[in-house]
Amino acid sequence: MHGYNVLRLLREGLSGHKGWQPAWRKAEPKASYDAVIIGGGGHGLATAYYLARLHGLTNIAVIEKGWIGGGNAGRNTTIIRSNYLYDASAAIYNHALHLWKGLSRELNYNIMMSHRGVLNLAHDEGEARQLKRRVEANRLNGVQAEWLEAKEVKAFCPPISIAPEARYPVIGATLQRDGGVNRHDAVVWGFARAASAMGVDIIEECEVTGIETEKGAVTAIETTRGRIATQKVASVAAGHTSVIAGLVGLRLPIESHPLQALVSEPLKPVMPCVVMSNAVHVYMSQSSKGELVIGAGIDPYLSYTQRGSLSIIEHQMAALIELFPFVSRLRMMRQWGGIVDVCPDASPIISKTDVKGFYVNGGWGTGGWKATPASGHAFADLVANDEPNAIAAPFTLERFVTGDLVAEHGAAAVAH
Amino acid sequence: MFVITCPYCGERDLTEFAYGGEAHIARPHWREDMSDAEWADFLFMRANPKGVLAERWMHAAGCRRFFNMLRNTATDDILAVYRIGETPPKVEARLPATPSGEAPLGSGNDAVKVIQPGEGG
Repeated sequence: MHGYNVLRLLREGLSGHKGWQPAWRKAEPKASYDAVIIGGGGHGLATAYYLARLHGLTNIAVIEKGWIGGGNAGRNTTIIRSNYLYDASAAIYNHALHLWKGLSRELNYNIMMSHRGVLNLAHDEGEARQLKRRVEANRLNGVQAEWLEAKEVKAFCPPISIAPEARYPVIGATLQRDGGVNRHDAVVWGFARAASAMGVDIIEECEVTGIETEKGAVTAIETTRGRIATQKVASVAAGHTSVIAGLVGLRLPIESHPLQALVSEPLKPVMPCVVMSNAVHVYMSQSSKGELVIGAGIDPYLSYTQRGSLSIIEHQMAALIELFPFVSRLRMMRQWGGIVDVCPDASPIISKTDVKGFYVNGGWGTGGWKATPASGHAFADLVANDEPNAIAAPFTLERFVTGDLVAEHGAAAVAH
Repeated sequence: MFVITCPYCGERDLTEFAYGGEAHIARPHWREDMSDAEWADFLFMRANPKGVLAERWMHAAGCRRFFNMLRNTATDDILAVYRIGETPPKVEARLPATPSGEAPLGSGNDAVKVIQPGEGG
């Protein structure tokens, strides 16, 4: 792998940019691997990267039914934060934040990580109390968090309206200063490039159609590009986790819903931070291209169609115009949906299963992006050692039997 | 976004309805030796199919009555509407060719549709 650096850029610039190589090899599926990861999104590629780098497993493959960056990795709003309520969540999301901070350097790929701060708005006294409690819980867990009064919110984010006569006035907000956004494509491309350089095969346009087991253990997978023998299958298929688990006859506590986002025409820099509101159901940031990136809640019904309902967009835009009146004069350019798999406690599943050699990483609901490196890090550990590490242990499937749930609806509900 | 035919009120917009999740999940009869796993299965485990799903809806802005519906979750085609207590009718659905593939029509995601061997572009 050729490194990316200023000298190389200069040299390529002077020679007409003819020397650039593809970032990763287009691999053909081999007859067998030590492990196969189903799903070439951020979490899947991070899993492959850490398996190769930390656990020395390089005879592995990532199979992706579409192309790298074409699934939920390319559909989310890239918001990074770790201000979750409970210890288990703070541990995994803050681990992710820690990894995000060094990832550009580690991957030699600029993921455009911007720690511009994330505001979570409070619109009534009850919500303010909840958020202040969360600030204190965050601080106990070493998560950066502070409470801002309405005037301080306005100072931190000038375009916001804190008019007291608003239907849902802003009365304050929590701020995580080291939260922010990054570049979704760069993350998956960077992970794919680094994993591929260590020998991981990244196989695009290859969908798993069956999983073979013998005496309760995985022996091979069937794909649209042939059979691959393997003892370990790691499913990181986001919205399709239930479908993949169904191939080995497992039922999961997951339901899949459409989640929509949309972007405006590009503007000069107007939004200095990320703003999220659970109460009025909207969140917004500005991308490096200048587009305002806007998201809301999931559609209430279960579906695998990547569309969602117009009524959700109407609702979120109404809320947004009240929060940011200047948005009423903007045109929206694109809208899309992605399928998110939601767990009953709004926390993910990183777990082995009753089928030996079949591992599940899913149920991230509406907020998986921020966890990408930590999710891959913990899942790689589980796949390599067959036991969850301290970070993954609270997120096993057993919690639905023991009742030891990690109920993060308050921190995860709309917000991602 | 779709239009749902309430069996009591007729065709109405989706926004008039509240979602009730997967239908026909019976609460298990209590037994002394019932395991936690059985309860977990009833409480949390769901079929979540990419295909035909039997689900409950409630006409919240109308008659406020629950009813059942069969819908293809790969396309959002509504296949049948029937009342609570009735058995689901037999239906045919346009299913994806592969388990997590995209349906021929209406998935909204033709870009990631994988062309199967023998299938035209």
